[in-house]
Amino acid sequence: MEHIQRRPAGVARASSGLMDGLQRWLPKLVVAPTFVLVGIGIYGYMLWTGVLSFTSSSFLPSYDFIGLGQYAKLMESERWLVASKNLAIFGGLFIVSCLLIGVALAIFLDQRIRQEGAIRTIYLYPMALSMIVTGTVWRWILNPRLGLEKLMHDWGWTSFSFDWLVDSDLAIYTIVMAAVWQASGFVMALFLAGLRGVDSSIIRAARVDGASLPVIYCRIILPSLRPVFFSSVMVLAHIAIKSFDLVMAMTAGGPGYSTDLPAVFMYSHTFTRGQMGLGSASAMLMLGAILALLVPYLYSELREKRHD
Amino acid sequence: MTDVVRTGFRPSRIAIYGVLLLACLVYLIPLIIMLITSFKTPLDIRTGNLLALPTDWTVVGWTKAWSEACTGVQCNGVSGYFWNSFKMTVPAVLISTLLGAFNGYVLSKWKFKGSDLLFGMLLFGCFVPFQVVLLPMAATLGKLGLANTTTGLVLVHVIYGVAFTTLFFRNYYVAIPDALIKAARLDGAGFFTIFFRILLPLSTPIFMVSLIWQFTQIWNDFLFGVVFASGDSQPITVALNNLVNTSTGVKEYNVDMAAAMIAALPTLVVYIVAGKYFIRGLTAGSVKG
Repeated sequence: MEHIQRRPAGVARASSGLMDGLQRWLPKLVVAPTFVLVGIGIYGYMLWTGVLSFTSSSFLPSYDFIGLGQYAKLMESERWLVASKNLAIFGGLFIVSCLLIGVALAIFLDQRIRQEGAIRTIYLYPMALSMIVTGTVWRWILNPRLGLEKLMHDWGWTSFSFDWLVDSDLAIYTIVMAAVWQASGFVMALFLAGLRGVDSSIIRAARVDGASLPVIYCRIILPSLRPVFFSSVMVLAHIAIKSFDLVMAMTAGGPGYSTDLPAVFMYSHTFTRGQMGLGSASAMLMLGAILALLVPYLYSELREKRHD
Repeated sequence: MTDVVRTGFRPSRIAIYGVLLLACLVYLIPLIIMLITSFKTPLDIRTGNLLALPTDWTVVGWTKAWSEACTGVQCNGVSGYFWNSFKMTVPAVLISTLLGAFNGYVLSKWKFKGSDLLFGMLLFGCFVPFQVVLLPMAATLGKLGLANTTTGLVLVHVIYGVAFTTLFFRNYYVAIPDALIKAARLDGAGFFTIFFRILLPLSTPIFMVSLIWQFTQIWNDFLFGVVFASGDSQPITVALNNLVNTSTGVKEYNVDMAAAMIAALPTLVVYIVAGKYFIRGLTAGSVKG
């Protein structure tokens, strides 16, 4: 029995009989459609976009190669610089805020709270909403005249003014708010699951040694949750780089292009402004950004698995 | 670890509950605002404030959002787009989940030379930013005559969803002992018999996770909808965005909020009914591999 469990691949080979040939081909036949769809739909198209990024394609794809021209144009584009800068601001604040809020809520929820299940459900429900819904609601809440400002005026704070949504320097922060509202509960769920997996004997020992609860959390528990921390950052960064819906729903990139993110830039250049070459180049840079995050992450994951 | 955390003295407990309840309010308030605004009259919205209850509760916002509101040029409300979303989501969810189940079965129990490579390809596919495939996909759908059709959207969602569903099932089936499969093979059971008679009866939880994850993802999708669909085939998310951004006439926030509620209800209901599986899908999706 022992060797079979270690070698599941041997299962197919072990059989002999009339159906052997068919049985050996069946698994491959079953995964073939996926192989073809994903091979073309992800890898083939990735290459295709890569090829287009070296061409002068405008309203229609063309194969007139101009080398790195589109990338050079992208680097000189004021709008791309704004989009990249916005991604840095948005991504940085979004990830840090989600982590701080998520970790804090997870630790608080881990203190034998009554109705923990109900509270967790409330923290996490925004994740089930479409970002378009989130954007619509937050756009209404932050409405410069009728939203938060009017509420504060009605409550007696008459000098209160809040027009970040239409301020080109501050609008990007309103998108951070909505995104943090939506995703921080998710980080909470990840960390709560992590906290539940911490070996309680270590904590008991630390308590016997006289360590206080905050010290135990900062020195022992949180450092042991490093893998949860990394996968949270990975997922949040992934959400940030792909963020498109929320911007479209809240500001559509405006005022002007002050809240453009690379995903919005790519969409508007490729599909509405007829600059497919430039749009493709921006998509390739987005892929590059994801790869820069993903490769070290997967590398460390795989190395850890091998060590186990 | 909860068992070792001593229930401290009262003030700190009160502080903890205070923080937790405050956070509950922060998460709930947007939903409350969305709901009460949707039941207000436009006059009420202008005179009252975000958290004031409607003076006259009315469903005008809802009926208008459902059947009269303008989403761009057309003014038939969001009802048609709501059904579009169902027509797109249901087949895409079922197909991608079924494909994922069979793929997961093969990649865990019938490994062959190259199956690990395929798994790696799928794993990586989960991370690719979709911007990198949009343009070629739009060109392909156009060539196939599937541009601006629900069928086209179903195809797109199957292709880019199958990587996730395969991961779910593969990771689930890996934990099922191979000895079970081996024993069935010795009894003469074939590829499909083993799947339907042995694995399928054990698979209810992972099917739930996959179905719910895919439903939420596909229903909430905006990017594919806005790029690959136009006019009558648009899903609800695109219609909602158009409705909110239509600038003709007076802005009616009650209609906006009612439309947002309509777009949010299916996934909210799923979340409330089967939240356990939703959370499991989220955490499984984040700890890939």
